[in-house]
Amino acid sequence: MPEPLGIEIRNLYKIFGARPRDHVDAVRRGMTKAELNRKHRHVLGLRDISISVEPGTIQVVMGLSGSGKSTLIRHINRLIEPTAGEIVIDGQDVVAMSPAALREFRRHKTAMVFQKFALLPHRTVVDNVAYGLEVQGVAQDKRHRAAMSWIERVGLAGYETRYPNQLSGGMQQRVGLARALANDAPILLMDEAYSALDPLIRYDMQTVLLDLQKEFRKTIIFITHDFDEALRIGDRIALLRDGSIVQEGTGQEMVLHPADDYVSSFVQHVDRAKVVRVASVMQPVTADAQGPAIHGQANLGEAIRMMSAQGLDRLTVLDQTGRAIGLMPMTRAVAVAAGAS
Amino acid sequence: MLDWMNRFPQMNEETLRNLKRVIDDAFREFTRSYGAMIEGFFDPLRQMLVQAERLMLGMPWPLVLLIVGALAWAGSRSLRLTAASVLTLAAIGYFGMWEDTMRTIAMILVCTLVAIVVGIPLGILMARSNRVQSGMNPVLDVMQTMPSFVYLIPVVMLLGIGRVAGMIAVVVYALPPIVRLTNLGVREVDREVIEAADAFGSSAWQKLWNVQLPLALPTIMAGVNQTIMMALAMVVIASMIGVQGLGQPVLRAISNQYFTLGVFNGFAIVGIAIIFDRISQAFGRRLQKHRGGIDA
Ligand SMILES: Nc1ncnc2c1ncn2[C@@H]1O[C@H](COP(=O)(O)OP(=O)(O)OP(=O)(O)O)[C@@H](O)[C@H]1O
Ligand SMILES: [Mg+2]
Repeated sequence: MPEPLGIEIRNLYKIFGARPRDHVDAVRRGMTKAELNRKHRHVLGLRDISISVEPGTIQVVMGLSGSGKSTLIRHINRLIEPTAGEIVIDGQDVVAMSPAALREFRRHKTAMVFQKFALLPHRTVVDNVAYGLEVQGVAQDKRHRAAMSWIERVGLAGYETRYPNQLSGGMQQRVGLARALANDAPILLMDEAYSALDPLIRYDMQTVLLDLQKEFRKTIIFITHDFDEALRIGDRIALLRDGSIVQEGTGQEMVLHPADDYVSSFVQHVDRAKVVRVASVMQPVTADAQGPAIHGQANLGEAIRMMSAQGLDRLTVLDQTGRAIGLMPMTRAVAVAAGAS
Repeated sequence: MLDWMNRFPQMNEETLRNLKRVIDDAFREFTRSYGAMIEGFFDPLRQMLVQAERLMLGMPWPLVLLIVGALAWAGSRSLRLTAASVLTLAAIGYFGMWEDTMRTIAMILVCTLVAIVVGIPLGILMARSNRVQSGMNPVLDVMQTMPSFVYLIPVVMLLGIGRVAGMIAVVVYALPPIVRLTNLGVREVDREVIEAADAFGSSAWQKLWNVQLPLALPTIMAGVNQTIMMALAMVVIASMIGVQGLGQPVLRAISNQYFTLGVFNGFAIVGIAIIFDRISQAFGRRLQKHRGGIDA
């Protein structure tokens, strides 16, 4: 299994249009997307994006339609050429790679899952899954064996000789996922991979991904516009608006401290009892801390259920080592769960 | 005063005559010096035409019927189409047009092959570059609309009357649809699928071979079908410059007012056109079976 790789995106700009380079400086000085469009007929795709994704973590990217999510993820394997900036992976700047080096990079370092699946309609499931290996020049029987094991892994055993159009959307996306995984690449790019699926299947697919992630520890960029999905999947979340990052952090940070109204509008319907951890909103520990205790990483909902079941009005909060680090009164837990900060 | 309005201000008659003469002379000179070389260049094609004709004429007629039937069956799996194809061909033979029909089929096969070999790469080039596309489009327009007699003149001057000149005339006329439809088919391939091929690190060749051509194939087949039809339509005109086959009796019928001869040969051309059309379309549909239903 390949070592997980980090992704370092630095000051990335993308402007769509005939002469994008002419307008970078204006955008750097603060020209807005609307202004750029009105005055120069160019579209601002991304403005000064810097993110660093830790190896082996899942970075979610969110934002409304047109905010630049797809544009951003397509820069990581350079399906889109940036106007300025760099993307460093494994010590190499992807932006500076030669075509041959880029091809090698795409073959071995990244794999991608698409919103509309983008399977090859004229190939069977197994030949779709084996496509990445075929491109790498892996021999037929070897790549088929690898493909078959991934097909089984995503729960499609028995369907390997079907054509994509004979499968439901959920099954097609399993093929898409298996195709990406078969590449054995340390970086997985998922552009709204689950947005076309209905809620129950989507939940299943999230589970599949999380199970796989426990085992293979890839670095995953996951795009979604569903905040619940982002919270469930993401180690960290970046929120885009008009091509800029509005806020980047853990889901809990966003829920508790939204940077502005745009972020608030994304997080307002979130079930805070599930998201917020006791340790982030507890009160300082007092000397006489004792009695029933709860782990700091438990969520508010668990704390509230425990207290009401046992008729308590507060819990002692413990860290991993079992040391008391704070107090969680019932009133505070309920208030935060109901929306207080 | 009004006279000036009614007569178009055309070029001086003398100059015009000289211009035409200079061009004609230059071309004749070119023919004289390079004619042999050009003929040599096309010799392999002439050989191919001769061989194809010999093959078609040499085959026992039951074998020909069998092959046509087998092709119809392989493409369509339809008993009706298979029977209709075989019976049509048999009827053409029964009315005394077997040999001419075999000659025409040989000619059409070679012309279609040449059109495919030349046309598909051209179509791919067009699909890969907008500049090539905008350069090629007017050329294809000219090829399709220029009266064929006009480009027969230089071809005959260069190569003389005969099969090769006829083949060039047919190919020039029949080439545009396959070029256009190859271009269209390759350009039409779903952008997301192309993106997926790129994302997995396909080289340009791998992308062409694994994704673009297979997905464009049904459209390309429609182009092949049209090319065959246009080649058949050209057979009568090609017979004017010495191509043997069903066109020559038609030509004779026109000049001698043999009504029945013309009608018979005309129907024979229509008959094999329909056979070719249905069989090539059936193969085209076969290529799309992955787009069909559950048990395709
Ligand atoms: N090839 C292009 N040419 C011009 N503008 C483009 C191009 N691709 C994207 N854009 C513009 O860039 C902006 C960001 O588009 P992008 O597709 O990244 O949005 P998105 O966040 O993925 O949206 P969605 O949720 O609808 O997929 C949009 O304003 C879009 O119109
Ligand atoms: Mg998108």
